[in-house]
Amino acid sequence: MDALNQLPAWSQWLAAFFILLGAIFAFIGSLGLAILPDFFTRLHAPTKNTTIGIGGIVIASILITSVQGSINLNELLIAIFLFLTAPISAHIMAKAALHTELKMFNRTKDFRQEGDSYEHILPNKKDMEP
Amino acid sequence: MLTTVLHIAFLLFSLSVLMNFWRLIQGPDLPDRILALDTIYINSLALLLLLGMYQNTQTYFEAALLIAMFGFVGTIAAGKFLLRGDLIE
Repeated sequence: MDALNQLPAWSQWLAAFFILLGAIFAFIGSLGLAILPDFFTRLHAPTKNTTIGIGGIVIASILITSVQGSINLNELLIAIFLFLTAPISAHIMAKAALHTELKMFNRTKDFRQEGDSYEHILPNKKDMEP
Repeated sequence: MLTTVLHIAFLLFSLSVLMNFWRLIQGPDLPDRILALDTIYINSLALLLLLGMYQNTQTYFEAALLIAMFGFVGTIAAGKFLLRGDLIE
């Protein structure tokens, strides 16, 4: 802890900026998860904001460890992995929510047309028949 | 100054995890609960990274990476279970 306060001033300011940016973004994302009205609006808040939050924390961590000695890019692995996987998990969760046919808030628009089916994500009907 | 900022960040992330737990208990349907679990693991990963900065060690990095990988696998498994009703067909 004492070592943190003896870093050069510019690196302290930069690291503090990125840590606060990440923490505020993640907090707003979780607030949206808590208070938004239906699942499809709630899906937006955490899956986007926590990505930025982790990005800010990781940049600050890289900065702090790199100023104290040799450049250390280990934490970038976590950021790259989350940047790759957060959209995939959001996509899977949206498909699952459409499949289970959740109730929508009255201002959430359903862009599915008449006869526009989601059969390709459902189990094959021929296999279900006896 | 940096320790003060770290304290504020700990407070914000802890409040985030508390709100996610509220959604996990309250959430009306299953996809809400999966989404709450997804957000909980990302926030706890950020808490681990902050703890590593606070104690000035590299120890918690591997734990954070493992949480990221297995949390993703768990989210995909739960979503696929809701879609198909079965994991290994």
